[in-house]
Amino acid sequence: MKYPTGVLPRKLEVTKMDQRRNHIISALVMHRPGVLQRVAGLFTRRGFNIDSITVGPSEQDGLARMTIISKGDEKVLEQITKQLNKIIEVIKVRDLDAEGTVTRELCLIKTHATSERSRSEIIQYANIFRGRIVDVGPENLTLEITGTPEKIDALIDLLRGYGIKEIARTGPTAISRGSKTI
Amino acid sequence: MKGSQAIIKSLTDEGVDVVFGYPGGVLLPLYDVIYDSDLKHILVRHEQCAAHAADGYARASGKVGVCIGTSGPGATNLVTGIATAYMDSAPIVALAGQVGTSMIGNDAFQEVDTIGITMPISKHNYQAMDSSEIPQMIRSSFYIARTGRPGPVVVDLPKDVQKGELDYPENITIDLPGYKPTKKGHPLQVKKASELILKSKKPVILAGGGIIHSESSEELQHLSELIGAPVTTTLMGKGCFPEDHPLALGMLGMHGRVASNMIVDECDCLIAVGCRFSDRTTGDVTKFAPNAKVIHIDVDPAEIGKNVAVDLPIVGDAKIILSHLVRVISQTKDQGKPDWVDYVKSFRASCLPRLSFDDVPLKPQQVIKEISEAVTDDTILTTDVGQNQMWMAHYFTSRNPRKFISSGGLGTMGFGFPSAMGAKVAMPDNDAVAVCGDGGFLMVCQDLATVKEYDIPVVVCVLDNRYLGMVAQWQKLFYDERISHTKLKAMPDFVKLAESFGINGYRVERPGEMKETLQEALKSGEPSLIDVMIDPDEILPMVPPGCGITEIVGEYKVERENPNEIPYRRSAQETGGD
Ligand SMILES: Cc1ncc(C[n+]2csc(CCOP(=O)(O)OP(=O)(O)O)c2C)c(N)n1
Ligand SMILES: [Mg+2]
Repeated sequence: MKYPTGVLPRKLEVTKMDQRRNHIISALVMHRPGVLQRVAGLFTRRGFNIDSITVGPSEQDGLARMTIISKGDEKVLEQITKQLNKIIEVIKVRDLDAEGTVTRELCLIKTHATSERSRSEIIQYANIFRGRIVDVGPENLTLEITGTPEKIDALIDLLRGYGIKEIARTGPTAISRGSKTI
Repeated sequence: MKGSQAIIKSLTDEGVDVVFGYPGGVLLPLYDVIYDSDLKHILVRHEQCAAHAADGYARASGKVGVCIGTSGPGATNLVTGIATAYMDSAPIVALAGQVGTSMIGNDAFQEVDTIGITMPISKHNYQAMDSSEIPQMIRSSFYIARTGRPGPVVVDLPKDVQKGELDYPENITIDLPGYKPTKKGHPLQVKKASELILKSKKPVILAGGGIIHSESSEELQHLSELIGAPVTTTLMGKGCFPEDHPLALGMLGMHGRVASNMIVDECDCLIAVGCRFSDRTTGDVTKFAPNAKVIHIDVDPAEIGKNVAVDLPIVGDAKIILSHLVRVISQTKDQGKPDWVDYVKSFRASCLPRLSFDDVPLKPQQVIKEISEAVTDDTILTTDVGQNQMWMAHYFTSRNPRKFISSGGLGTMGFGFPSAMGAKVAMPDNDAVAVCGDGGFLMVCQDLATVKEYDIPVVVCVLDNRYLGMVAQWQKLFYDERISHTKLKAMPDFVKLAESFGINGYRVERPGEMKETLQEALKSGEPSLIDVMIDPDEILPMVPPGCGITEIVGEYKVERENPNEIPYRRSAQETGGD
C-alpha cells in the first residue's frame, strides 16, 4: 500500500501588532543579590520586551516581589512565564489581568517655576492630580504624584509647557484586587 | 573544619570518586586538601577538557561529573564546556576559584565575574561568601544538576572562603522553594494522548535526549511496538532505541536519514518525547510534520510550544509518562497499525544508506562501517563536531543508550576526545572510542598528555580530510565553491604527534585497515590514535537551512541497485543556500 505524501505548509503564526499587549507580570523571588540580574538577563537574552521592572521586599521574610511590565502576544507571554519559572530563585509567577489589578506608579517631577503665575498653576495641577509639592526652590518646584502610568503621563504633558527639568519614575508596581494572592 | 575540607567532604558525600581539574593561585587551599584526600583528581592540560571530560563522564554514566578551574582564565576556559553541557542538558558541577571576598569587584589579579558570565549558560550558579555556606551549596548544586531537566551548576569559591573555618552540619536540608520539577504527567493529558494515538493511522515517535536522561529506553520500545509507531531520534536521542530494530528510522533532521525525514513528513501523529525541536531537527518549522497532531512530552514546560505548536502537551518525567501511556493503551483493543508498519518497513528498506565503498582515499561511509564492525554494543562512541559527527550520526548504528555521545546543541569542536576520556574514566570496563575531525582534534590534542599520564585507554580516530570539512561543505554547496579559510594547509603528522606524547599512533589508508587497526588498538588496552586518511571531497547529503526536512540536497547514496528510484533527490543547484 502507498500513502500519499503531500507537503502542506503548517500555518504560519504571524503576530499582528495589535495582538501584542501590555502584560503585568508579578513574580515572587528570593531576596538575594543577583536575582534582578537573572531576571533582567533572561529578558535581554531571549529577546523579550521589557518596559519596566520594579522590585522590593514582600510580606514574607527573605522574599521580594517583582513587577514586570512587558509587551508581547500570548505565545511570548507564555514563554516569559515559563522561562521565569525556570529560574531557581523565582518562586511564583503570575500574569495579572489588567482589570483585576491595582497598578500604581510613583513619579517625582522637577519643573521650572519662576513667575508667581506659573507657580500657582502648577500647585493647582498638583492638587487636581492629588499630588503634592515636596520641594520648593526660588526657580523650581518638585511634585510627587502616584497613580496609574496613564495619569502620570497626563500630568507630565500638562507640565511640559513650564519647562520640566527632571523626571524620576519608579515604574509601575501592581497587586491583584480582592482577597486572592499569588 | 576548613572550607576547602568541607568542599572535599561534600563532594565525597555526593558519591564523587573523580574530578577533572587544573589548579591556580586561588585554588591553593583546595588543592592542598586534595593532596592527601582519597578523591581522585585528574590533571587535564586545558580547563575546557576538564569540563568536557566531566560532561562525558556524566553522559556515559548518568552520574554528575565534576570539573575544577581556577579564577579568571581558568573559569573562562571552563565556559565552553559549561555551555556545551547546558545546551545538551548534561549534569555537571563546575567548581571555580575566585579572588578573596574583600577583593571582589576591584579588578583584582585573575578576577572575572564568573557568576555573571555563567548565568546564561548554567542551570544555576552559586557564589559562596562564607565558608559555612559550602555544605548546603554543594548539596543543592548536585541536586539541581541531576534532577528535573539536568544541567550544569557552577559554584564560585573565593579563596578566603576556602580557608575559613566552619562547623560541618550533621544534616543538610535542601531548601529550594522555587525549584520543584514535575515528575508525574497529568493523568487527563495522558488519557487524551492515548486517545489521539489510538485514533491516528500513521503515528511516529520522535525520541530525544530526554529518553536517555530519564532512562526510559525500555518504555519507549514498549510503546513503539505496542502502537506500531516507528521511532526516529534527534542527535541527542541517538542510541535510546536500537537502530537496527525494524521500527527504527534513524536520526531526523538536517543531516537525518531520508526515511526519517520522509516518514515524519507523512505521519498524522507525532509523539515527541524529551526533545526540544531544535532547528537542526525540524528544518523549516512551518513545513515540519505538516499533517500531524503533535504530542509533546517533556520535563521542561518551557520547551513545550517554544519552537513547534503542540496539540497535546504532557509535562513530566518521560519514564513515568511513557509507562503510564503503555498501561492505558494496553487496556484497549486494536492498538497496532499493521498496514502502517508494513509501509514504514518497506520504505525504510528502500532508502537505507550505502556504506560499502572500496575507494582510496577512503570513503567515510566505509570507515564508519568498519568502526561498527570493530566495536561492540558496550563500546562508548563519542564524536567531535563537523562532518565526522554527522557521518557518525547518520551511518553508525547505535543500539544502546549512553553509548553515543556528541555535542548537539552547542556543536563544540574539540568535544569528542575529552568527552571520551571522561566516559572511559566513568565506565572503565567499556571501550571508549572518539571519532574526531582533524580540525577539532587539534584544538584539544594537548590532552593526549592526560590520557598518557593517567593511563586512560581511549582510542581517538581522526578522520583526516585536511579540511574544516563541514564548513567547506557549505561553501561547496551554497557559496560557489569559494573555499575560504577552510583548507587546513599545514597540519601535524598525527601519528608522530601521538608518539611524541608516548601514545601509539596508527595510520589507516585502505579499506579493511580501519577495522583491523581499531581492534588492535582496543586490544592493546593503551591510549591510541588512529589517523584515518579520508576522501576530502566526500560530502554528506543535507537539508539546506530554511528548507523543509524533505528537501534534501547532495546525492543520497542508497544500498540498492537503482538509486534513481529514490524520491526527493535534488541537486545542489536546485535549492539555494542560506
Ligand atoms: C569551537 C568551534 N569553532 C568553530 C566551529 C564551526 N565549525 C563547525 S564544523 C567545523 C569544521 C570542523 O572541521 P573538522 O574538525 O576537521 O571536522 P570535519 O568537518 O572535517 O569532519 C567548524 C569550523 C565549531 N563548531 N566549533
Ligand atoms: Mg576535517
